[in-house]
Amino acid sequence: MANASNEHIVSSYEDELTALTRAISEMGGMVEVAITNATQALIRVDHDLAKQTAKADKAVDDMQRYIDEKAVSMIARRQPMAGDLRHIVSAIHVANDLERIGDIAKNLARRVKHIDSQRVSKQLYNGIRHMSDLALAQIKRSLDSFTLRDANIALDVCRRDDEVDALYISLFREFLTYMMEDPRNITDCTHLLFCAKNLERAGDHATNIAEAAYYLKTGENLYYDIESGKVQLN
Amino acid sequence: MSVATDILHTNVQTGKETIKMSGQKVCVHYGEKQALFDVDLDIVANQVISLIGPSGCGKSTFLRCLNRMNDTIDICNVSGEITLDGQDIYDKAIDVVELRARVGMVFQKPNPFPKSIYENVAYGPRIHGMTRSKDELDELVTSSLRRAGLWQEVKDRLDQPGTSLSGGQQQRLCIARAIATKPEVLLMDEPCSALDPIATAIIEELIDELRENFTIVIVTHSMQQAARVSQKTAFFHLGKLIEEGPTEQIFTNPHHKKTQDYITGRIG
Repeated sequence: MANASNEHIVSSYEDELTALTRAISEMGGMVEVAITNATQALIRVDHDLAKQTAKADKAVDDMQRYIDEKAVSMIARRQPMAGDLRHIVSAIHVANDLERIGDIAKNLARRVKHIDSQRVSKQLYNGIRHMSDLALAQIKRSLDSFTLRDANIALDVCRRDDEVDALYISLFREFLTYMMEDPRNITDCTHLLFCAKNLERAGDHATNIAEAAYYLKTGENLYYDIESGKVQLN
Repeated sequence: MSVATDILHTNVQTGKETIKMSGQKVCVHYGEKQALFDVDLDIVANQVISLIGPSGCGKSTFLRCLNRMNDTIDICNVSGEITLDGQDIYDKAIDVVELRARVGMVFQKPNPFPKSIYENVAYGPRIHGMTRSKDELDELVTSSLRRAGLWQEVKDRLDQPGTSLSGGQQQRLCIARAIATKPEVLLMDEPCSALDPIATAIIEELIDELRENFTIVIVTHSMQQAARVSQKTAFFHLGKLIEEGPTEQIFTNPHHKKTQDYITGRIG
């Protein structure tokens, strides 16, 4: 007999799958806030916000453990198949990437105390802010692709990773110029360069999340071909 | 196995795939009621194919068509074509007894004959005149019991009744009995449904070993069992073959929504 609502015959299984997606959304929200706050702390040289952001990473780590435990328990008890199996496996991958983005936010926040804001040009901060905005947009869209199970959004996120990479390269050149201009800038610029690199890595994690979302929806693996700069099916 | 070797292995296998049995437009009616609708399904030699689907979907009916077990039901009418090595098994010239020796069957419930363990296995070869001497028959019984993974457990009590064995042992005895006539295809209708997990694991291990010499078609209600033992899986629903393909694909990325809904527990 067909199930009209297309839900599981075992309603508790359906509830667990829904709870897993909800946990991913919640964790996604936590890391978005973390990246936003870390960037704000950097730009405003807000040491309190930086400390608070670094401290908040523990909650992200706890959330990943929670998702892992739930996923492993569902695999053991439910023996998931097909779409359900992909749902659970993707959730494990996504939680792992979100945890790494959380680490990146913590890393950004910890650099605040090492940077002498008086010496650093506002223009450099603009670059970091722009980079953070781009990475955040990628993270948000990748999470949308996962929760909405939208393969087109996932593909779009993968394609747009180039923009984050290009911005990082341009910032890298800019920081290099400042360092060459005045060696006293080297310490601060190096810290900011690491921040930019971290944000570029956050963009890569967003791509991973989008790939997991694409797999969840289609059952096919995507990969990014560096040579052609194109997203391809594996 | 490395990815490269795995791909190579798959390609070689694909290149060598030979069709052992094939159903074309198979329809089955029980009186007025149609149980199977135009089923087209190829069964590849030396592979295990699982037939899955909810109760009453026609999977057992299709299985029973493959050695004409449905002939025993008066109101059952089979149409379409089923071939074994390219030969139509419903052809008038076909000897059904010989066909069933070539396409053996193991049932859901172990059903040993009320005879000794030895006689259970020796019965088929004897009536088919497959051996010329007692020694040859002894050898065939021994090798069949060995292949069924039962020899070590029964070698000292071959004269005891087959029914004295445990459920799992009885099912392996039935497998030994089925393979003693040297069939080419082995049909298994839920062979583990009455067995505990250990006995099930032993039978599954056995199925994997038997694949070297036989082509196996298994009907199972256990998704996990289908995923574990078979290379191909076919999903039936309401008498129709909805989807068939490599087991890995069916259980990770089925193409048809009904397959997805069934194996994930959304339709019963």
